[in-house]
Amino acid sequence: MSNKRKIKESLQSGYQTVGKPMPQQDAWDKAFGKTKYADDYLMPGMLYGKVLRSKYPAANILSIDTSKAERLPGVKAVITAKDVPNNETVTRFGQTHSVGGFEGLYRVLAYKKVRFMGEAIALVAAETQEIAEKAVNLIKVDYEPLPGVFDPIEAMKPGAYQVGEEESNTICNFKVRKGDVEKGFSLSDVIVENTYQVPFIDHAYIETESGVAWIDDDGVITIRVSTQVIEHFREVAEVLGLLHNKVRVIGTMIGGGFGGKEDITVETYLALLTWKAKKPVKLTYTREESILAHSKRHPYFMKYRTGATNDGKLMALEAELISDAGGYVYLSPWVLLYSTVGATGPYDIPYVKVDSYTVLTNNTFSSAMRGFGVPQVCFAYESQMDELARRLNLSPLEIRKKNYLRKGKALATGRVLDHYVAFPETAEKALAALGEQSKPKSPAEKIGRGIASGMTSYGRMVFLHDTSRSYVSLDMDGSVTVRCGVQDLGGGQASSLAQIAAEVLGVPMKDIKVYIADTALTPLAGTTTATRQLYMSGNATLKAAKEVREKLLGKAAKMLETRQEDLELQDRKVVAKESPDRNIPLANVVKACASDGIPLYNVAQFNAPFRELVDFRTGQGQVFPDFTFGTHAAEISVDVETGKIKVLKLVACLDVGKAINPLSVEGQLEGGTVQGLGYALMEDVVLEKGVTLTTSLSEYLIPTALDVVDVENIVLESGDGVGPFGAKGVGEPSMVSIAPAVVNAVCDALGIRVFDLPLTPEKIVKALKKS
Amino acid sequence: MKTYLVEIKLNGEWQKAEVTAKETLIEVLRNKLGATEVKNGCGKGDCGSCAVIFNGKAVNSCLTLALQANGKEVTTLKGIGTEERPHPLQKSFVQHGAVQCGFCTAGMIVSAKALLDHNSKPSRDEIREAISGNLCRCTGYKKIINAIQDVALESKL
Repeated sequence: MSNKRKIKESLQSGYQTVGKPMPQQDAWDKAFGKTKYADDYLMPGMLYGKVLRSKYPAANILSIDTSKAERLPGVKAVITAKDVPNNETVTRFGQTHSVGGFEGLYRVLAYKKVRFMGEAIALVAAETQEIAEKAVNLIKVDYEPLPGVFDPIEAMKPGAYQVGEEESNTICNFKVRKGDVEKGFSLSDVIVENTYQVPFIDHAYIETESGVAWIDDDGVITIRVSTQVIEHFREVAEVLGLLHNKVRVIGTMIGGGFGGKEDITVETYLALLTWKAKKPVKLTYTREESILAHSKRHPYFMKYRTGATNDGKLMALEAELISDAGGYVYLSPWVLLYSTVGATGPYDIPYVKVDSYTVLTNNTFSSAMRGFGVPQVCFAYESQMDELARRLNLSPLEIRKKNYLRKGKALATGRVLDHYVAFPETAEKALAALGEQSKPKSPAEKIGRGIASGMTSYGRMVFLHDTSRSYVSLDMDGSVTVRCGVQDLGGGQASSLAQIAAEVLGVPMKDIKVYIADTALTPLAGTTTATRQLYMSGNATLKAAKEVREKLLGKAAKMLETRQEDLELQDRKVVAKESPDRNIPLANVVKACASDGIPLYNVAQFNAPFRELVDFRTGQGQVFPDFTFGTHAAEISVDVETGKIKVLKLVACLDVGKAINPLSVEGQLEGGTVQGLGYALMEDVVLEKGVTLTTSLSEYLIPTALDVVDVENIVLESGDGVGPFGAKGVGEPSMVSIAPAVVNAVCDALGIRVFDLPLTPEKIVKALKKS
Repeated sequence: MKTYLVEIKLNGEWQKAEVTAKETLIEVLRNKLGATEVKNGCGKGDCGSCAVIFNGKAVNSCLTLALQANGKEVTTLKGIGTEERPHPLQKSFVQHGAVQCGFCTAGMIVSAKALLDHNSKPSRDEIREAISGNLCRCTGYKKIINAIQDVALESKL
């Protein structure tokens, strides 16, 4: 095809790069084994770090004797709480905007009371890994074991064992009030009331926590680490008593995060060890250590009472949610707020009452994980919907269709949905995609199918006043540089920014280089959490690139003696829209701009909507920028003799707004669905009185290739998201509603319901016997 | 501690290393021979990210002693193909979107290569079986299986 014709065609087809499925820019290096992950880095004279962890979930530390460890040849640093300049800092949530209300104690090393098993007590750096391990074992800690409390409901009772020193076990309580819920129940013909329970879940990223730190020649403590939040540099600096700008964090490509690398993991330990030893230090967790020491998804107890009229219209919903925060607060209040706002699901309910609590126990601490409090409540409210449907002789789809929220309707919190709401079509399409029902292969086999819908926010809570910055520049040859402090989890966070810049500046993907995740060199873009990077940093990059484009076109208009609005950027050329043979190579325009002193670079900041704090006594107010809507469908078979569940079909249907890279969107939908399938069927961090029993990947089971079927994706594009080009976020929404779809399918097959995850064969057999 | 000199034919080139009796193959590959493309996800043989081809089979290098590899051939991801001479599996993984975080990719491609070496036309179920020891937490496996099957179907080997 001649170049001229190609240009004309692409001018007519809308987008040049956005919306085209393509490999992520970084995929090639990963497939060739060239990508360096945190543990792959070596430094001259590097030491190896090791953490001494508590063997009790609840105990007083009476004394710590490090003398033997310090005397061991090859040991270069031993650190306990007394050596840490600021061992305790209090986090007021929100990197850029102090919200107040909740304070999370961040304690680097335990020194008086141990609050969970695996809590860090001492740090060692030594010349080899073996010496570091030996040294840790030489540290003598005298404990006075304490009774502890391991059940959040027990922990809430007066007189319960106190997990912390001063703070009460109940961290916080949220309420949502919409009308008089008892009136709603009096107007209901059918009321279903059930209690649901979900376990601790581990993120089980394949790369454990890891990093390398050193003091650079300018005295800056530099930490190269696998993290979702490079902006923890501030907290690390505060622990060390340094100015924020004297700590630099460089993020590596992350071998999976899912929220587990959102809180600080190894960063502070590394900074302390390198600061004390004056040498580079590496610290990588073993798998056992990772499972013991990093955050978990919260277990919840959820009491739900849902009422509807005989024709299936929801009238009232009452929920009580209790989450187990484990030993420290971390992000538990915010996770709970997500659950509280999300407790009603995507349904229009006139009378609502929600009370929620998050409670300290002596279990491993809980914090962020994909879905952030929403998968828990989705399991409960979607189970309730099917129970109501059964009582009312309606199909699961019918009852949902009568109650879905629509654009213009308000949540129980008063928030009006001001963007397109993709119900009921996600549900209709997901269910239809299951096709003809499979036939049982034996008399013991029962087949069932289920659906579940979810609404999941993307972008951080609006009272956190979230921002992101991105830099875009053009070089003399027309190549483009993007600098943006995003952390890349493998979801295409960096690559999608390249696509956006390529689109706006009319260059192919290979002309774009994106630099990410360096607090010293890339404009800060906030966390890779909350499904926010495409929305926030995508918009920031779009804004930065557009301003560069304006300057370019202004100059080109003069060069081509035409109006700026008549010009388009295509295939490294500035082209007159109506007569593509009138064009100038991009590089020539750049050179002309350079000669005239026209700056072809721009740092843009994107601000999310800023709102005031929501009223925690009524839940009224806006919490989130926008939502992604979707439905999962599943078909399963259950063997009634063994209780074994076999997955036959899985469908994910989401309105993604606009798929910037359809290949990446599919990747999220497929991966999220399978992760949620693990939640439904097998994943369970088992703790017995605070002691983790599942400390390996042969005990903590996640889906293998043999446990799953191919997920069918249905990607809807309403174009009505608040991200760039109308995109919405999909990272978290993709996993939220699959577990209840599977549970509803099992119930459809057996006619009995299991109320606690995961649905192990034992539980199924037990439930069958009981019925 | 007593050490032994081992010679390993790593990705076609003989390499020497001093190892102790308890040192595992992954430790020697990553720490002494610079083969950091071999990933350590668990150290217990549960995740498959350290898989290498050894004696013609995909094995977990964390469960193999370095001494066992003395005088033997070991192939890692980089031995399967490079940027200059990419293997069809590597291209197919990239083009199908089978690579997300990339941490399991090295072990995944090694297992796929070992499968196709013995069975050039595997069924989807045989592919599932062959990679069932390789955990992936990002992709849901569909695109990985597609990538492997596409290479087999197109006989791109």
